[in-house]
Amino acid sequence: MTPPQAEPAVELRGITKRFPGTLANDSVDLTVSAGEIHALMGENGAGKSTLMSVLYGMERPDAGTIRVDGREVSFAGPAGAMAAGLGMVHQNFKLFDSLTVAENVVYAAEPRRFGLVDRAAARRRVRELAEEHGLAVDPDARVGDLPVGLRQRVEILKLLHRGARTLILDEPTAVLTPAEADALFAVLKSLAAQGRTVILVTHKLREVLEGSDRVTVLRDGRVVARLVTAETTADEIAAAMTGRAVELDRVHAPGTPGDVVLDLTGLATDGVRDLELAVRAGEIVGIAGVAGNGQSELVEALAGLRPVTAGRVALRGRDITHASATERRAHGLAYVPEDRHAVGTAPAASVADNLAMGHHRTSLSSRGLLSPAAVRAHARRLVERFGIKAATEEVPASALSGGNLQKLLIGRELAHEAPLLLVEQPTRGVDIGAVQNIHDQLIAYRDAGHAVLLVSAELSEIRGLADRVLVMYEGRITATYQKDEADERSLGLAMAGGGTAPVEAVD
Amino acid sequence: MFLDSDLLMSALRALTPILLAALGGALCERAGVFNIGLEGMMLLGCFTSVATSWFTGSPWLGVLAAALAAAAYSLILAVGAVTLRGDAVVLGIAMNLLAVGLTSFLLRTVFGVQGTFDDPTLAGLPLVGGFTPLAYLAWAAVAVAALLLSRHVWGLRLRGVGEAPDAAATLGVSPAKYKYGAVLVSGVLCGLAGAQLALGNVTLFSENMTAGRGWIAVVAVMLGRAAPLGVLLAALLFGLAEAAGFRLQGVGLPQQATDAAPYVVTLAALFLSTARRRRRRTPTSGVAA
Repeated sequence: MTPPQAEPAVELRGITKRFPGTLANDSVDLTVSAGEIHALMGENGAGKSTLMSVLYGMERPDAGTIRVDGREVSFAGPAGAMAAGLGMVHQNFKLFDSLTVAENVVYAAEPRRFGLVDRAAARRRVRELAEEHGLAVDPDARVGDLPVGLRQRVEILKLLHRGARTLILDEPTAVLTPAEADALFAVLKSLAAQGRTVILVTHKLREVLEGSDRVTVLRDGRVVARLVTAETTADEIAAAMTGRAVELDRVHAPGTPGDVVLDLTGLATDGVRDLELAVRAGEIVGIAGVAGNGQSELVEALAGLRPVTAGRVALRGRDITHASATERRAHGLAYVPEDRHAVGTAPAASVADNLAMGHHRTSLSSRGLLSPAAVRAHARRLVERFGIKAATEEVPASALSGGNLQKLLIGRELAHEAPLLLVEQPTRGVDIGAVQNIHDQLIAYRDAGHAVLLVSAELSEIRGLADRVLVMYEGRITATYQKDEADERSLGLAMAGGGTAPVEAVD
Repeated sequence: MFLDSDLLMSALRALTPILLAALGGALCERAGVFNIGLEGMMLLGCFTSVATSWFTGSPWLGVLAAALAAAAYSLILAVGAVTLRGDAVVLGIAMNLLAVGLTSFLLRTVFGVQGTFDDPTLAGLPLVGGFTPLAYLAWAAVAVAALLLSRHVWGLRLRGVGEAPDAAATLGVSPAKYKYGAVLVSGVLCGLAGAQLALGNVTLFSENMTAGRGWIAVVAVMLGRAAPLGVLLAALLFGLAEAAGFRLQGVGLPQQATDAAPYVVTLAALFLSTARRRRRRTPTSGVAA
């Protein structure tokens, strides 16, 4: 009923995009008004990325029209979209690490003098934009040296330098600390207040509720809900995304800790030092921290993939400080690595073979020969038990969606029934539905009397699962919380290096 | 007395072909194409320059023909590695092997000789102040390449393409275009390097006369971190080694030993530079020490 004010900044009508075997977008309509922050939500494979690729000229739609600022457009590539005032910050930043901030910002749109890059003008331009939009960053810093939050600023500055009026951000907070995410939203809101338009592609409910004006939800390539943020709830959005009611942010009941399973004393490795830590049977210990503060190195050292330079690691009372990965596994360690594609699975191998890995030493072979029948039976058991969706056990692991691949990996490791499970980022990039399943599995594993060391950048996950929460900052544990003490604010503060650091060594 | 101006002059003469080829290699490296076909392109340049100079009587036409022929030859790498996404190392090795066979074959069919073609009437490049004009061109090319890479719009885009082609593409810069450009320019420079070798350093063509100079240029690219000035310093090191080796023959060392000097220096330089780099890499991540 509202009279049409200005033209919508972006208007997609009837966008259909087919890929062999899938209908990625099925007649999708999306209207984004000028000056709003519009969240585009949906699970993996719902068609968000395809829709944005179509809008940004990276994919051609099979049907449908695109209007930008009221004019119908058809882009041959991102350059055309940029010329029309669109700009996209990709989930994996598209930056040149060895170049400076200023060079990154002006790349391919350089201020020039006599054909040479006018570096003074480039620096000036970055400073002006940074000041105007509250995106402070040193124009002469090398991008590779910057923390991830600043790198994102460079991406946004890049778009603003090109005069983008509509900014598309793909999962912008996946790699940010809570504080950095808050800062990002402050910037986005001020951009919107200036009349720029922001399209936020995300599956994080919290930030959508706090930061957006309207929400469009996709499921299976179709729009299933158009909501005004102020009038909706997290449960309503989650239900639209998954097609069923989902219980969000459950905090599981604490476990009952038993004997110490893993005991670290004075552990040091690359990027980690003076680490004291014990994990008991029937307990999940969560390590929170911003990526790059030593968590990955710690877990790799525990898994036997990285040498320990000082200190001692004991597993069930036995010293495994310098044991090989094989010896550790034999003594009762299972490991779900962070990078499920490159480390956790072999993408070209079949689902059955991937599920057999590790088990090939114990249950699936005799006299050094694998039994194909046992491998198949083992695979069928795990596929059934963990609800892995795969056409057959023979398809390559690369054919599975991210969530299903993660279920495969976690299922395989849980099946070892090892006394200690190391698990890193178990639900990164995994759908809400699968997250619930994975969390339930981890809790059941703990309740069966196993010890779990969980590393996650997702605060709600840590708070929901862990019996104790440790915060790692610059290679050390700087804060410890019991389950009920760990609120989001103090955790976020500790992750950023602030707050109450219980042990602060002087060096 | 050993390190006198004569030695320096002969080092500077020896370094010219290596420098030209290495500049081309550095451009490719910066554009993200690992070019180890320098040797083959250079050898083709040697033959083309000698043949053209012989038949036209003009060494300048020889230089031009060498540049064009090597540039055309470099298309094997450009098409293979950039358009068809083949492995640049395999392509480079194939180019080097093919060039040896091709030039030996042409030597026989065109000149009817085996081993070496040598004739007093073959016109070489004139010397100006003790150096061929190509030597001056090579030094100028260092300055031009340094300026282009660090300050020019093309240089910025080329470096970006080499580091993150996807990122460049999203900003509307075609990585393929810049990679083709770098490979073709490296072809031209290697052609000039070949002409310098066959019409400047000596005036003849003999089979496989580049004798590893293209490979030394590849090492110079690594040693100089693909920066024009770094490449110049690395080439100077090899030039000095070659000149010193020649000088040592006068002292009575066997020729086979002194000829090995540049290659020994190459190996030593490679060992030292990788060892240094590895040591720098070990202390990891942003943890305060």
